[in-house]
Amino acid sequence: MTDIAQPTPRRRRGRRIGSIALQAALLIVVGGLAYAAVVNAAQNLARANIPTGFGFWNNTAGFDISQTLIDYSPSTSTFGRAFWVGLLNTLLVSSIGIVLATVLGFIVGLARLSGNWLMARLAGGYVELIRNVPLLLQILFWYNAVLKSLPELHGSIALPGKAILNNRGLFLPRPQFAPDFGPVLVAFGAGVIVALLMHAWARRRQERTGAQIHILWPALGAIIGLPLVVFVLAGAPVTFSLPDMGRFNVRGGIEILPEFAALLLALVIYTAAFIAEVVRAGVLAVPHGQTEAAQALGLRPGTTLRRIVVPQAMRVIVPPLTSQYLNLIKNSSLAVAIGYPDLVEVFDGSTLNITGQAVQVVAITMAVYLAISLFTSLLMNLYAHNTAIAERR
Amino acid sequence: MTALTDAPPAYLRGAPAAKLPPPPDRAGILAWLRANLFSSPANVALTLICVVLIAWLVPPLVRFLLIEAVWSGDDREACLPSPNNPHPGACWAFIRVWLSYFVYGFYPIGQRWRVDVFFAALAFGIVWMLWLSAPRRDIGAVYFFVALPIASSMLLRGFPPIGLIDVSTTLWGGILVTIVVATVGMVASLPLGILLALGRRSSIPVVRILSVIFIEFVRGVPLITVLFMASVMLPLFVPERLAPDKLVRAYIGVALFASAYMAEVVRGGLAAMPRGQYEAAQALGLTYWRMMLLVILPQALRVTLPNIVNTFIGLFKDTSLVFVVGIFDFLRTIEVARGDPRWASPIVSITGYAFAILFYFICCYSMSRYARRVEARLARRAAIKGS
Repeated sequence: MTDIAQPTPRRRRGRRIGSIALQAALLIVVGGLAYAAVVNAAQNLARANIPTGFGFWNNTAGFDISQTLIDYSPSTSTFGRAFWVGLLNTLLVSSIGIVLATVLGFIVGLARLSGNWLMARLAGGYVELIRNVPLLLQILFWYNAVLKSLPELHGSIALPGKAILNNRGLFLPRPQFAPDFGPVLVAFGAGVIVALLMHAWARRRQERTGAQIHILWPALGAIIGLPLVVFVLAGAPVTFSLPDMGRFNVRGGIEILPEFAALLLALVIYTAAFIAEVVRAGVLAVPHGQTEAAQALGLRPGTTLRRIVVPQAMRVIVPPLTSQYLNLIKNSSLAVAIGYPDLVEVFDGSTLNITGQAVQVVAITMAVYLAISLFTSLLMNLYAHNTAIAERR
Repeated sequence: MTALTDAPPAYLRGAPAAKLPPPPDRAGILAWLRANLFSSPANVALTLICVVLIAWLVPPLVRFLLIEAVWSGDDREACLPSPNNPHPGACWAFIRVWLSYFVYGFYPIGQRWRVDVFFAALAFGIVWMLWLSAPRRDIGAVYFFVALPIASSMLLRGFPPIGLIDVSTTLWGGILVTIVVATVGMVASLPLGILLALGRRSSIPVVRILSVIFIEFVRGVPLITVLFMASVMLPLFVPERLAPDKLVRAYIGVALFASAYMAEVVRGGLAAMPRGQYEAAQALGLTYWRMMLLVILPQALRVTLPNIVNTFIGLFKDTSLVFVVGIFDFLRTIEVARGDPRWASPIVSITGYAFAILFYFICCYSMSRYARRVEARLARRAAIKGS
């Protein structure tokens, strides 16, 4: 019989002292590395004559940005302004990308589960092909091989609705709202409120009496019809400024840069392949017994899907879906490869090259992405908390 | 009562009836078509849509990539429209001429055997690690994670004492760089990831907090910013004489990034271990490190191997981002080659990208098939154990 070492009080105390010593040593090592890094950085920066601090934020930027959602001029705007321009461009491409990728991803994911063999195979092929090719390669492909090989200015393609497409971008008519467009917006707001009230009323009534009332059409009427009526009554107060073929460039209209289009296209197609897998896993996670039970209760297929399958599948789908959204936002930084002026291109690219203040510039960029990530995780946790299965109490 | 012993009456069969074939609409190819493609009007419509889509996509693709492709030539003239080939397809001649550049970059021609030896040694190590019933996989691990990195660093960079002349990393390029960066990421991220995962589950507060901060920070930012950090901030943080070369900075960025993701994968494997395994190891009086090395990690890593391979696929695709900080990886060589004025044309660009897509697809798809096979095997084993 060998005796198994029992932790005696002395040994236990020894272990605790060991643990504290380990923690102290770790802190000293990490702190020491950080200190050495700061000292070295100060020396290297001083030698290279690069100022420290964030003073550059208010200096004039002096470089041009090809797409600006807010006023920006290279000769007067500051680096701080350029930061906001870049951030807004990142948010623009990400938010449109998230919406489109979700739609495409759900379509492909459900197509993979389709009973139609050909459809399921096609969707599967799409997912495998797209997931196994780097996103950067796809962005370069869309940009250089597809959009840049569109006709030059003089061979521009005229699209229906007076839009113009060439290798400098897609030019759409820009709506211009007359001052009496206001009532239309008011009517739209009123329509939304009416629809919400209808929904609440129908729901309360169903809970009280069990009778279901279909409010889809009246609600749509309130949201779309009401503003439409006001719009016509007000004499259609919208004019379109059409894009116009100049000698050297297209003037007027909304300009969609090829950089933006290529980035958006690649992000949507790439992320949709991942979302499709998330959706498929989510739907498969709902046991078939749930559908059968709903059918046994006499629910119709549509109601079964809406009330039984989707809510349970969403509980599985939403967490990984959110991380795909975060990936899309982070991946939008690949814009730098084709020169779409997103946050990384404007800041880690132009601003870094001009100011040389690598530490501050990279740190600011990272902080922005980190903030977006943490904020989204926070929302995610709230959602998970609210939709957790309510166990019997 | 003699009737019972007599011969059976004529209306009883003496032998079983011959089997009838199933009704024609329940078996065979027609039934399959009917069930899977034409079961309802909606299904027929879907099938038609798919057929139209395939007819629209596939024939032009085959025509472009194979039938009308140009297979040989010395410059862009070969791939431009000409009387005997009015609609030239993919310009594979371009790939043929540039292939050695895509594989080796500017690695000196006389020394390229060293790269080939490296590829062979790497392939050997990968097979050893991934073939689950290979002999002595523990030696394989030492080979892959210790011997191979040191030996290939000497082999590729040069080691004058044994006659391997120095080759500057600025001459490296193409698939060589892509594979080296991915390998460094893999070899560094697995041990680092394991340490971080153990740290995150540790009961020692400082270790746990530092691990969590590192993992969540790296996972919260895009790889590009990590690469920017490694390439522009890192040189500032070390004394000037120690500043690492460009490629090493990219290694560091990729390795840090990959280890945070690997840590989460390993953590998942650790969490999947039943408590009993920990308790049994503790009951045997094993110390923490022996418990982890001898009992927990071997099982956890095995369970999570498919996820490790999937993370590696992501890492392999992500290596293309070193392009952005000016490293000559495979994608960069494609960009350089297709911009060469002797070749530049839209068709050459498309061909270059098609070649890159093919390369990445074959690599990543075969890895993901492997991951799925292992997953199926683990599931089967779990099912046998459970029954």
